[in-house]
Amino acid sequence: MSPEATIQAALITPLIGAVLISLCGRWPNLRETVTLVTAVILFALVISLYPHVLEGVRPSLVVGEMLPGLRVAFTVEPLGLLFACVASFLWIVNSLYSIGYMRANKEKNQTRFYVCFAVALASTVAIAFAGNMMTLFIFYEALTISTYPLVTHAGTEKAKRGGRVYLGILLSTSIGLLFLAIVWTWMIAGTLDFTPGGILEDKASSTIIGVLLALYMFGIGKAALMPFHRWLPAAMVAPTPVSALLHAVAVVKAGVFSVVKVVIYIFGIDLLSVMANADWLIYISGFTILSASIIALRQDNLKRRLAYSTISQLSYIVMATAILAPLSIVGATLHIAAHAFGKITLFFAAGSIYTASHKTEVSQLDGIGRRMPWTMGAFAIGALSMIGVPPTAGFISKWYILHGALDSEQMLAVAVIILSTLLNAGYLLPIVYAAFFRKTQGEHGEAPLPVVIALTLTAAGTVLLFFFPGIFLELARQLI
Amino acid sequence: MISSQFPALQVVLPLMMAPIALIVRNPRAVWMLTLLVTWMTFAISLSLLMQVLDGGTIIYRIGGWVAPWGIEYVLDKVGAFVLVIVSAIASIVMSYARRSIEDEIPEDRIYLFYTMFLLCLTGLLGITITGDVFNLFVFLEISSLSSYVMISLGRDRRALSAAYRYLIMGTIGATFYIIGVGMMYMMTGTLNMADLATLMPAVADTTVIEAALAFLTVGICLKLALFPLHLWLPNAYAYAPSVVTAFLAATATKVAVYVLIRIIFTVFGGVHVFQALGVQNILMSFAIMAIFIASLMAIYQDNVKRLFAYSSIAQIGYIVLGLSFASETGLAAGIIHLFNHAIMKCAIFLGLGCISLRMGRVTIKDMYGLGTRMPWTMAAIVIGGLSLIGIPMTVGFVSKWYLVRAALEAGMWPIAVLIVLGSLLAIIYVWRIVEAAYLKPAPENAKPVSEAPLSMLLPLWVMALASIYFGVDATNTLSIALDAADSLLNGGLQ
Repeated sequence: MSPEATIQAALITPLIGAVLISLCGRWPNLRETVTLVTAVILFALVISLYPHVLEGVRPSLVVGEMLPGLRVAFTVEPLGLLFACVASFLWIVNSLYSIGYMRANKEKNQTRFYVCFAVALASTVAIAFAGNMMTLFIFYEALTISTYPLVTHAGTEKAKRGGRVYLGILLSTSIGLLFLAIVWTWMIAGTLDFTPGGILEDKASSTIIGVLLALYMFGIGKAALMPFHRWLPAAMVAPTPVSALLHAVAVVKAGVFSVVKVVIYIFGIDLLSVMANADWLIYISGFTILSASIIALRQDNLKRRLAYSTISQLSYIVMATAILAPLSIVGATLHIAAHAFGKITLFFAAGSIYTASHKTEVSQLDGIGRRMPWTMGAFAIGALSMIGVPPTAGFISKWYILHGALDSEQMLAVAVIILSTLLNAGYLLPIVYAAFFRKTQGEHGEAPLPVVIALTLTAAGTVLLFFFPGIFLELARQLI
Repeated sequence: MISSQFPALQVVLPLMMAPIALIVRNPRAVWMLTLLVTWMTFAISLSLLMQVLDGGTIIYRIGGWVAPWGIEYVLDKVGAFVLVIVSAIASIVMSYARRSIEDEIPEDRIYLFYTMFLLCLTGLLGITITGDVFNLFVFLEISSLSSYVMISLGRDRRALSAAYRYLIMGTIGATFYIIGVGMMYMMTGTLNMADLATLMPAVADTTVIEAALAFLTVGICLKLALFPLHLWLPNAYAYAPSVVTAFLAATATKVAVYVLIRIIFTVFGGVHVFQALGVQNILMSFAIMAIFIASLMAIYQDNVKRLFAYSSIAQIGYIVLGLSFASETGLAAGIIHLFNHAIMKCAIFLGLGCISLRMGRVTIKDMYGLGTRMPWTMAAIVIGGLSLIGIPMTVGFVSKWYLVRAALEAGMWPIAVLIVLGSLLAIIYVWRIVEAAYLKPAPENAKPVSEAPLSMLLPLWVMALASIYFGVDATNTLSIALDAADSLLNGGLQ
């Protein structure tokens, strides 16, 4: 299959999956088989693009003209491919996990759940492959809308409130700021295509570049830069598979992915380092990293603690991008993958605990490691990756970010990274300690088998990425 | 060839059929007749649009009398485009109407509704196609009078007072318009638009012409319900029969906007009234007030038809805002939003008509749990709602894109900010509906509700899908709008 046809297939596969899933709603086994098969096919398609991209080919696909002069187009480049690989691979694992989780917890409306999931993944792949900013924006919004039913899945008053915050912040930032920035860019540059080196050179004054940068950075609300981060804890009301794949991988990564993409392909690193003072972005993201970690320390609800941890980890990527050093960009890219594997493991573990014991608070987890050794073992690995301890993937990405920060003498960034490492340890390690070394309480065993398999897989992935970072490192190196 | 008579046929056809409908009286037969007429006018207007796009402006002299002695029908790109909008909406609404009308209007008055509908259609098409300001007034009155009757046919008794209020306000508007026309006639001695356009620069500086412009603008703005002249609209939309609301919301105010475009950019085209007399600033500020105040009002409505009526006032604000930039992009944004808003609002009101058929009325409470009980209807309403917000892949996105661009091009970035802030208000009122339908359980004692009949769902979904289709592939509609804007700004009717 030609790369162009592969792109087309990768975009359509999850949608066909969604249709089939809705048709198979009455037969749960068939429905979930369809989900799994769709996920596997999608991953196979995405990974088959890998060799091409590594050779330097940038396959692209133009779907059609939407507005005069503005086309819906897709181009596969290293960053997008990496994001698509991570998201589609973790969808397979997550589907496995969902089967165990949704059945064990007897969730309602499971067909709607799987359909929305497939649509969300289709949007994610489209974001990853978007060839211009308008295409990215279209699917960015599609992702918001398609995940709303997942966030409000429970249908309770609490879910409704969570959904309001979720949709309110994501739509307001994207329509209020991002949309404005995109139209403005289009007017100044006359194009919205992602171009290496940026499209704004010699097109605008440094003031306008600065304003545009701010509009983009805050407008991409999915990156959860403070003060637009509240939607992420609010989204935790969703079933755990949603929190795991969407709010630790697909949605939030779509945010930071867009941030990196805008910096590299709309502004261009050179332009930003010459014209606009991007230091404020380091301050904001640094502040987000530290304050989100501090808030995480005080959360007793496990999923909320993990959510604040995600906010802080996302800002690592934003900060690494804002440093504008080649090595830190590599670090940012790797961190997209590293954090995805680590955080999905942590969420899987949280959901596993809930399924087996219906415990949701950190303070209830004393001794749970002895009853659920697999779950808590995986949790420990995920926690180490968050802190950045070898042998986990988090170490590699953090290493590159730190290296980049030192190279460009951003001492503030270095200090933030070191301080936040301590904070990460502070809010994650006590859980591991309590789980294994405190007295046990309650009678229950491990979670259902699919759940355990899924979290073991992602934990193994976290470790493997430390030993074999090549697959993603090669892609990241092509960016600079 | 018959096609050379299309401009006249377009208006004459519904006009002649109206008395026939009055004579026939049998509800089913009258409906069939009206349906046939609407689809024929749609076909004619499409063919006219093709002719205009290929061969330029069509001029049709009634009775062969040369202007300015005779009346001319003049059809340029904007006019042809609006004709297509009006007749398309009419034919979709008619395809939908039968069940809803049988349910909402007593049987012995149904024929009256269809007669009035035909007359209203005549008026709206006539306004769009005529090239004579007095003839326009005649058609304006035909459409207005028939719409008063249609609104008063609503089953809620408050429909009567709503229609009465509209009658008063509408008559004031029409009177202001005709006073303006009279003043122009006094100064130029002509009623033909093209003629007026050439004679206007010579007398533009006189107080009489300035007063004429003031009367015309206020009169037309009353008809198009620009804030703060909108007071007739919410109740009229809320208590009229569902079909009437869908039709009027999508066409009547749009045609009034078209009249505004004609007066400002054709009749006064040569004199740049906008900048000189401050009309630009006035329209722009009222448009922005309309967007915000009406959206805020919409948020607090419990009657869903009223809610979307306020939303219409806000959306009219967007259209007028586009025009008031007086730039090509701005005008194109206004024209494209005229089309886009007609589609999405028609979809929403048709959807509300389905709910009204099943529930008897449409308040927020009636919508509890409808997401599962009337899934197709609700899904179509949600699509319309997303379009109101301006989510990508809906028509609303295209409008917002061009509006924001027009504001930025004009260097008015605060206005661009206000436009996007207005969309945020739309999120709030649309999401009240979404939450009610999908996240609230149906009340315990609710009577069982089934999905609306296919004859209503089909037209509803045609509109819902149209609001996606023209959002995904907007190149054709936009190139017409840009062309139309260009010819309005650089050449007028000729």
